Amino acid sequence: MSRILAPLILITALLAGWELACKALAVPAYLLPPPSAIWEALVASWPLLLGSAWATLSTALLALIIASLIACGLALLVSLNGFLEDAVRPIAVTLQVTPLVAIAPLVTIWAGIDHPERAVIGLAAVVAFFPIFSGALSGLKSVDPDLARLFDLYGATPLQRLVRLRLPSAVPALLEGHKVAAGLAVIGAVVAEFVAGSGGAQGLAWRILESYNRLQTAKVFAALFTLALLGVVLHAAMEALERRLLNFWRGR
Amino acid sequence: MSAPIASLSAVEVDYARGRALGPFDLALAPGEIVALVGPSGCGKSTALRLLAGLEQPTRGAVSRLAGKGETSVVFQAPTLAPWLSARDNVALPLVLAGTGRAEALAAADAALSKVGLGAALSARPSQLSGGMAMRASLARALVTRPRLLLLDEPFAALDEITRRALADDVLALAAERAPALVFVTHNVEEAVYMARRVVVMTPGPGRIAGEVAIDGPLQRPAGFRTTETFRTAAEAVSTLLAAASERAA
Repeated sequence: MSRILAPLILITALLAGWELACKALAVPAYLLPPPSAIWEALVASWPLLLGSAWATLSTALLALIIASLIACGLALLVSLNGFLEDAVRPIAVTLQVTPLVAIAPLVTIWAGIDHPERAVIGLAAVVAFFPIFSGALSGLKSVDPDLARLFDLYGATPLQRLVRLRLPSAVPALLEGHKVAAGLAVIGAVVAEFVAGSGGAQGLAWRILESYNRLQTAKVFAALFTLALLGVVLHAAMEALERRLLNFWRGR
Repeated sequence: MSAPIASLSAVEVDYARGRALGPFDLALAPGEIVALVGPSGCGKSTALRLLAGLEQPTRGAVSRLAGKGETSVVFQAPTLAPWLSARDNVALPLVLAGTGRAEALAAADAALSKVGLGAALSARPSQLSGGMAMRASLARALVTRPRLLLLDEPFAALDEITRRALADDVLALAAERAPALVFVTHNVEEAVYMARRVVVMTPGPGRIAGEVAIDGPLQRPAGFRTTETFRTAAEAVSTLLAAASERAA
């Protein structure tokens, strides 16, 4: 009970303090709008925000699917060959530590100036790629050594070992990787839209940029709030999905 | 004695940190039940892996009459695949060997019934208690009708009552098909109760400290633990073990 009540009390107190401070100090609305103004902006433009949220979400999910296919395929290929793994690892690490913002211009050029949405999907997919790739790779290697010995004892073929031992063993790490990647895909989509989305993109980041350019700060907050809500909902959904699939895997 | 089903002749195993085992000799007659007892780090499990063919000795020879498909191992943990039902876990060795699925499942069901898990065929490992999971593991080891059954501290994680029940089950199942049986244990009482021959090992590197033979019927009668035979043998094993541990310290 207190887990719901405690944050609710804090949030209410903060909002009330915010509202009162804005009124008392006569803060200009473009600098910091009071919560009531943000609420009005939210109510006024919610069909637009909802559409933008869907644009961001569908971009992130599409990026997640693309990243998942490539990451799982590559992880499988790499896990079959130690030499290949050694070859790929430094490249993967280098790509991972390069900031997304820094590669955005390149991806935008490659996607074509007329297709900023492709660039956004591509960039979000790049961010979503790594947790899935490393999850899949460590999952494929996280086989119970005694179970592997039994497969030796029973003379399992390499294919049997892969299909009946390594792939099923990888499931928990794969699910965890996808959960993390989903959150990152949203962040990736937003960042990419900031950098690449020149008018063609319709996501929440664009709503923020647009309102910011017009100094409609309440609308910025409204889009921000929608974005935060999207993140929370997606995280909860992915967590529920992970738990569900994991329980299915374990037979609970 | 007929030709041994498996034997280790003057085997030595070196690991990076030094010699783990040897020189060590052990010959197993068909259907013989042998316990390997010794303090931690005396190479008991290494000896077992050599017998299973899961590891090669650095020096010495391993000969095995029992082929790969005729050897089964039960580890300390049940080592069941969590994503498979009990029957699919038990059918796995047969499926890997190319047996048809229907036939493999029928054999698995029979093996599970034999260890008292007939009502838990489709249960997943997470739904089984520790003792039940160990029984499933035992059923998986028996489903291939092995000539050599190797148990690596199979009951170490179980409570005393479950341990004793499982010991009797193993003896009953062994009597039925009479595989040669080697099991590793810390527990003197368990070794003397189950084995016809207890081999006591010393650590660093693992060698044979001595052997104790135990007479009596293979199916241990009720109250066997209170007989003179049992007590004498247990005392002999304990004495050897105490001397071995002293040398280790």
